[in-house]
Amino acid sequence: MEYVSPEGLRLDGRRPMEMRQIRGEIGVVAKADGSALFEMGNTKVIAAVYGPREVQNRSQQLNDSALVRCEYTMANFSTGDRMRKPKGDRRSTEISLVIRQTMEACIMTHLMPRSQIDIFVQVLQADGGTRSACINAASLALADAGIPMRDLVTSCSAGYLNSTPLLDLNYIEDSAGGADVTLGIMPKLDKVTLLQMDAKLSVETFENVMQLAIEGCKAVATYIREVLLENTKQLEYRRGI
Amino acid sequence: MRELQLSLNQTQKVRLQRALEKLEFLSSKANSNASVTVADSIPVNYEDGLLKGHGTSEFNGEVVATVCGIVERVNKLVYVRALRARYKPEVGDIIVGRVIEVAPKRWRVEINYSHDAVLMLSSMNLPDGIQRRRTALDELNMRSIFEENDVICAEVRGFQHDGLHLQARSQKYGKLGRGQLLTVPSYLVKRRKQHFHNLENYGIDLIIGCNGFIWVGEHVQVTDDMVVDQVNKSEQDDAKPDENSFSPEDQEKNYTRQETRENICRAANAIRVLSTLGFNITVEVITETVDLSTSINVAIHEMLGSEFYVLVAEKESVRRSMTKKK
Repeated sequence: MEYVSPEGLRLDGRRPMEMRQIRGEIGVVAKADGSALFEMGNTKVIAAVYGPREVQNRSQQLNDSALVRCEYTMANFSTGDRMRKPKGDRRSTEISLVIRQTMEACIMTHLMPRSQIDIFVQVLQADGGTRSACINAASLALADAGIPMRDLVTSCSAGYLNSTPLLDLNYIEDSAGGADVTLGIMPKLDKVTLLQMDAKLSVETFENVMQLAIEGCKAVATYIREVLLENTKQLEYRRGI
Repeated sequence: MRELQLSLNQTQKVRLQRALEKLEFLSSKANSNASVTVADSIPVNYEDGLLKGHGTSEFNGEVVATVCGIVERVNKLVYVRALRARYKPEVGDIIVGRVIEVAPKRWRVEINYSHDAVLMLSSMNLPDGIQRRRTALDELNMRSIFEENDVICAEVRGFQHDGLHLQARSQKYGKLGRGQLLTVPSYLVKRRKQHFHNLENYGIDLIIGCNGFIWVGEHVQVTDDMVVDQVNKSEQDDAKPDENSFSPEDQEKNYTRQETRENICRAANAIRVLSTLGFNITVEVITETVDLSTSINVAIHEMLGSEFYVLVAEKESVRRSMTKKK
C-alpha cells in the first residue's frame, strides 16, 4: 500500500515531517492533585495524579524516596472494535511499566521520602501514538500537581514507511508493519528517557528517524511549556496579592 | 489552561472575561514575569553565596526551577513558591483535619499533607480539663473523645522522628460538629494572625485552616473549663435537679435553627464559588460574598449558578482596584 503519495502527502493529508494537531488542558479532574487532558490528532488521553500521599501498602514503602505507581487503561469505547480483554492484559501492563519508568526518571523522588505518587492515565480515543500521548499527559498532570521534577518529559513517535521517515504515526500507519520508534526525552537536560522500536532499521535510517522524533518531542515540549506558563499566570493573578 | 466548568451564556462569558482581564491587569503591574514552569532557568546576577531554596536545582551553572510557580527572592535566597501543591505544614499553623485511625495513644489525622499527621493523646486537653498523666483507662476511652471520620481542629506542633505532630491544648481546638467541611487548594489560604472567626450577624463560626480545609459551623461558645470550673460549679450543682428529665433547654443543645443552617450553607457556597474562581480566601472576602448574595436575594442553591460566579468575579475586580488606589 502507498503511505506517501508521489506528491509527498500522507494518508491523512500531512507532510512526512508534519505533526498532528496537539492540544493540552489542565485541571480536568476536580478531586485529583493534578490532572490533564492531552490530544494528538484523534488520540485523546486523560491523566490524573494523586500524591505525594501516604503509602497504601506499608511493605512497599521506601525510606529514601517516593514510590511511583502508574496505571494505564484504555476505555472500552476508545477503539472502533470493542476490546476483548477488559483489564490487566499484557499490553496495558507493559505500557504502565514504561510510563512509570519514564516518569520516575524525571520526578525528584528523593525529596518526598516515605510517600507515594499515583499516576492514572486512560485512553479515551485511540488513533496511534497512545504511548506518547500518555507520557505527555502524565507530564502535564505531574507539573500541575506541583511535584518537583528535573525536567518535563515529552514524547513523540516516528516511523519509516515507503523509504520516508514519518513523524507522529496515526493508527493506519502504525499498523502498516513498518518500524515505529517511540521516543521520550527531557528537552532541557537533553537526555533520552525512553526509546522503543518494534522493527529493524539500518543504522543510518534509524538516525534519521530518531532525529525526526527528537524534533517532534521538542515541538511538544514548547507547546506544553506554553500551556503550563499560561496556567501558572492565571492562577497567580486570580489569587491576587 | 484551566477552564471553569460552567455553562455561561454569551453576555455572561463576556462579562467574566472582562472581570478576569481586569484582575490580570491589576496584578501584572505588581510583579511581571515572575512565573516559571518546570525546567525554566531563573535569571540571577551571578553573585557568590547565592542560596537555592525550595523548587530550584542547579544545571550547567544556572538555577533551574523544578516546579511551576512564582519566583521569590529574599536577600540571597532564591526559591520558587509552588501553586497548587499539597499543603506544607509550618509550626504553629492552625489546621482542620479528619481523623482516619485511632491507634495506640494517638489519632491519625488526614490534613492534605503528603503524610498523615499524628495527634498524641498526651498532647491534647482532656474533656474534664484536668492536667494529669494519661492512664491506660484514658487510652481505652480514646474513642469517646474522637472517633474515626470526626473532623477536628488542631495546631501543628512540629516534626518528630515519626512524622508530623499536632497538638490541641486549648478549648478552642477539638472536635467540630454541626457544620460543613470544605476543601479548597491550600495556596488560596494565607497565614494570618486570626484563623478562628465568628460571624456574629449570621451566628456561625468559620475556621480557615492553613491546609485548605475550611470549617463552617454553628457558633459555639468557647468556655475555658479551667477558669469557669470553680466559679460555675456551685451554680450548676444547684440547677442540676431540674434537668434530670429531657427539658426543652436540653433539646435546644442538639438542635440547630433553620436560619443558622441556611447561613451555614450560604457561607459554604460562597467559599465554593471563590475557590472555583481561584480567588484568595479570607474572612473579608467570604463575608462580602455572603452579603452580596443576601443583598440581591439570591437563593442558596442559585449561588452555584453561573450568574453568581460572574457577579463575584466582577465584585472582586472592583474590590481589588479599590485597594490598589489606596
